[in-house]
Amino acid sequence: MAATTSAKPTGPTPVKNKKKSVFQTNNWVDIFLTVVRLVAIGIIGLGFTLFVIQQATGEGLSSEALRNLIVAGIAQGAMYGLIALGYSMVYGVLGFINFAHGEVFMSGAIAGWIVSDTLFKNGLWESNFIVSLLIVLTVSVFVSTAATILMERIAYRPLRESPRLIPLITSIGVSFFMQNAVLGLIGPSSKNFPALPEWLSKKRGFLGIELEGTKLLVLFVAFVSMAGLWFFVERTKTGKAMRAVAEDKEIAALMGINVDRIIITTFAVGGAMAGVAGVLWGLLFRGVSFLTGFLPGIKAFTAAVIGGVGNLGGSMAGGLILGVAESVGPLLILEPLGIPGVSQLKDVVAFSVLVLVLLFKPSGLFGERLSAEDRA
Amino acid sequence: MTVLDPKPLLEFRNINTHYGAVHILKDVDLAIYPGELVCLLGGNASGKSTTLKTLLGMVTPTTGEVVLDGEVVNDKPTSYRVERGITMVPENRRLFKRLSVKENLELGAYLRNDKDGIAEDLERIYGMFPRVKERLSQRAGTLSGGEQQMVAMGRALMSRPRVLLMDEPSMGLAPALVETNFELIQQIHKEGVAIFMVEQNANMALSIADRGWVLQTGKVVLDDTADALLQNQDLRAAYLGQA
Ligand SMILES: Nc1ncnc2c1ncn2[C@@H]1O[C@H](COP(=O)(O)OP(=O)(O)O)[C@@H](O)[C@H]1O
Ligand SMILES: [Mg+2]
Repeated sequence: MAATTSAKPTGPTPVKNKKKSVFQTNNWVDIFLTVVRLVAIGIIGLGFTLFVIQQATGEGLSSEALRNLIVAGIAQGAMYGLIALGYSMVYGVLGFINFAHGEVFMSGAIAGWIVSDTLFKNGLWESNFIVSLLIVLTVSVFVSTAATILMERIAYRPLRESPRLIPLITSIGVSFFMQNAVLGLIGPSSKNFPALPEWLSKKRGFLGIELEGTKLLVLFVAFVSMAGLWFFVERTKTGKAMRAVAEDKEIAALMGINVDRIIITTFAVGGAMAGVAGVLWGLLFRGVSFLTGFLPGIKAFTAAVIGGVGNLGGSMAGGLILGVAESVGPLLILEPLGIPGVSQLKDVVAFSVLVLVLLFKPSGLFGERLSAEDRA
Repeated sequence: MTVLDPKPLLEFRNINTHYGAVHILKDVDLAIYPGELVCLLGGNASGKSTTLKTLLGMVTPTTGEVVLDGEVVNDKPTSYRVERGITMVPENRRLFKRLSVKENLELGAYLRNDKDGIAEDLERIYGMFPRVKERLSQRAGTLSGGEQQMVAMGRALMSRPRVLLMDEPSMGLAPALVETNFELIQQIHKEGVAIFMVEQNANMALSIADRGWVLQTGKVVLDDTADALLQNQDLRAAYLGQA
C-alpha cells in the first residue's frame, strides 16, 4: 500500500500524502527515533508510577525530604541558569559556543574565595556580612567580566571571519589555559569559602517552608541578577542594540550601532552573570578549585540547549529544570525502578534530560527553529 | 524640475570596488544634489547594490573617493555617515524580525539623542503610515510585505536623513502595492529628502525621478535626465521593453 501511493507520479492530493508520511515513513532513522522516544517515555512513566505507588503506600520519601530536594535543585538550577545566560547571549550574537565560559565562572569563584578569605581573616565577614558580600560580588564580577573581555579581544575577535569550528576549538584551548593559569596561581587543592554567619545560614520559614538561609540568599541574588539582566536586554537602548546585532549585524551597523562594542558588551554581561554564579557556588558548596568550572560549565551549556540556546528566558528556565531534574530525578524515577546507588547518578540524569529534550524538540524547549535566513 | 544646489550632497569620484579579485564597480563617477530624486537602473548583478553599500561604507572601494557633503569619507564607518544624514532602505527591507515594530523604528534613531525630536518624528511616521501605528507592539516579522515596507521606510526616516538610498523598494510587493509605494517615495521626496533609488521597474521609477543613471557590468553607460532616458531607444529596448 505504501508503495502504490508513493510511486504515483502526479499525486493530485498532496495534503493526503503529507499526512500519511508520518506513518508510512520508510526512513530507518525516523523509526529508530520513534522507538527510542517510546522507550524513554515508558521508562519515565514506569518509574514515576512506581514512585506514586510507593508514596501512596507510605514507604517512599517524606514530603519534607522531597521539598528539600526540590529547593536544593532550584538553588543549583539558578546557578546553572546564570551561567547558561552567558553561553546563550554569546551564541545569540555570534552563533558561537564559548566553551571557556565555565572557566569564566571558575575565575569568579576563585576571585570570590580570595576576597572572602581575606575579609574573613580581618573580621569584616563576621561583623558586617552584607558589606562583605557586596565587596566579594563586585570583585568577582569584575574579574569574570575582565576575563571574558580579554578572551574576546585576544582569542575570538581575530577569528571572527574564520569558519565556525576554529573559534570553537580555540575556546577549548582558552579553557585549558585558564585552568592551568589558576592551577599555577593557587595550586591544585580545593579552597574553602568561609562559612556564612550563623544568623544567615540558620533555617527559617519562607512561604510556609523551612529553608536554609544560604539557599534563600542564593535564590535572592540569582533572582535579582536575572531580573537586572532582563531589564538590561529588554528595556535599555544597549539591550535593544544587542538584540539587533544578534539578528542582523550589517543592518545593525546601518542603524549606526557599533557592532564590535555591542559584541564585547555581550561577552562582558555574560561574564558578569558567571561571576555572580561563581560567588553563589562558593557560598553554597564552599569548596572551589581550578577544576570548579568544568562540570557546572557543561551542565550550564546543557541547560542552555535544553531551554533553546540563544533564548535568554529559555536558558534561565533550562537551568532551573536541569537543577530540579538532577536533584529529584534519581529518587523520583530511578530509585523506584530498583536501580542501586541512585544518588551517584545525578550527572546521568542531567545529561539524560538533555538527550530527552533533543529527542523531542531539537531546538530546545523554548527555542525557535532558526531558519537558514535568520542564521546565514 | 529641482533647482540644483551647486554643491553635491553625495559624490563618487572615480570609484573602483572589488569583491576579492572580482572587479565590480569600474571608474564610477556619481553626484547627487540636495533634494533630488535620482534612480539607478541596470541589469542583475551590474553592481547597483554595491554602489549603495559603497556610499554607506558597508563596502570599501579599492580606489577613488566617496564624498559626503564635501568631505572625503572613505575611512569613516557607516555610523559616521548615518550621523551626517545618509541612510538606506536595504534590499528586501531587512527588518529586525524578532524585534517589535516600535523597536525597529526606535533603532532608526539610534544615533540621535534629542528625545523630543524623536517623539515628534515617530508621530510624523504614524501619520504617514496609520497601519504601522496599529501594529507597534507586534513582532516585525509577522507583518505583511507591504507593512514591512512601511516600517523599513519609517525606520530609515527616523535618522532624519538628507539623502535616502533605496535598494529595489518595490521588489516582492504585491502589484497593487507597487504604485502606493512609489507615491510614498514621492511624498518623502516632497518633504525635502533627496532620494537615490535602485529599481527594476524602470518605467515607473523614471516617471517620478529627476535624473537617472544606467549601470552595466559596473560601468555607467548612460547618465541623463529622466525624460531623456524614457525616450532613449536603446534603453527602451534593454529595460523598458516589457513594461
Ligand atoms: N559580498 C559579496 N561577495 C562577493 N561577491 C559579491 C558580494 N556581493 C555582491 N557580489 C557580486 O557582485 C556583483 C554585483 O552585485 P550587486 O551589486 O549586488 O548587483 P545588483 O544589485 O546590481 O544586482 C554580482 O556578481 C554579485 O554576485
Ligand atoms: Mg541588488
